Amino acid sequence: MLTLQYIPHHDIEFLSTDDKIKKILRSVKEDKIILIEGKLAPNEESELIRKTMEQIDKKFKGIEICGVDYELKNLPFFDKIKRQIANVLLKKKAGITIIGPATIVKEIKRDPNKIELLTQDRKKRRN
Amino acid sequence: MIKKLKRVIQNIFSRIFKSKKHIKLGFYGPPNAGKSSLANKICKDWLGEEMSTVSNIPHETRGIIEKEQVHIQHNGKELTLNLIDTPGIATKIDYEEFLKFKMKPKEAKERAKEATKGVIEAIKWLDSMDVVLIVLDSTLNPYSQVNITIIGNLAARNIPVLIVANKTDLRKADIKKIESAFPQYRTVGISAQKGTNIKQLYEEIFTLVKR
Repeated sequence: MLTLQYIPHHDIEFLSTDDKIKKILRSVKEDKIILIEGKLAPNEESELIRKTMEQIDKKFKGIEICGVDYELKNLPFFDKIKRQIANVLLKKKAGITIIGPATIVKEIKRDPNKIELLTQDRKKRRN
Repeated sequence: MIKKLKRVIQNIFSRIFKSKKHIKLGFYGPPNAGKSSLANKICKDWLGEEMSTVSNIPHETRGIIEKEQVHIQHNGKELTLNLIDTPGIATKIDYEEFLKFKMKPKEAKERAKEATKGVIEAIKWLDSMDVVLIVLDSTLNPYSQVNITIIGNLAARNIPVLIVANKTDLRKADIKKIESAFPQYRTVGISAQKGTNIKQLYEEIFTLVKR
């Protein structure tokens, strides 16, 4: 059974990068796929990768991560402005981030227009 | 905030005095994209020797490899570079993947352990770079979070970036897809192994450094 955990923006908004990453990795190591409202900053993403590497062991093989932003480039000019204003007002709330344990999530395929989350087959997950 | 301000000031100063020092050129990207092959090609062209070992097994480079004082010339201009080959950045490392390459379990576990340390090192060195070549395998989907994270971090640090679409000699290579994934950056298609389009790469490096 797959568990999907939703983390709203206000849950992590005021956490330090360290605490945010601890919270994310705690859930991922409990075999949950987490869906965060908003995107992580580039330094938070690299810190998450760093901490993930530090914690890799026999059981925990790492993570799969995908941050999705609103696609601005194909929008008409005024829609683009509206979306950018909304982004400023909502701070980093715009977009979503999906993070899952590598033992469960094989790959998150991202194309400009779609996201596919591919899971590992059961046999491999049990190993 | 203070840390960020300090970094911005350091960046401005390093740009002003760049002409007086050697430029640190980093090779970044996911594992097996051809970073070491490209570093070797540049090193061989100007020093007559290679700097890194290459392999089709991922995570062959598991520590930072630096080659100092590489003088490169193009159209009568000269640059002195310190080439920094970095381990491929990944979000997961499973020793079982190495077993597929007929590696013994003990050796595979050791490689995985070293690879995790390599990723940490590569991230740590991001701050030290003056310019960076992001080396991507042009036969693969460029929309991966690792690529986006590396580029996002370099942009946040104001470090000039050139995207190198490697392995263009392969049938599945798609440079256009890489260009459309990162339209804000210059992309140059090459084959490090065959030495294709390397002259254009040198031209782009000169342009990048002058920026």
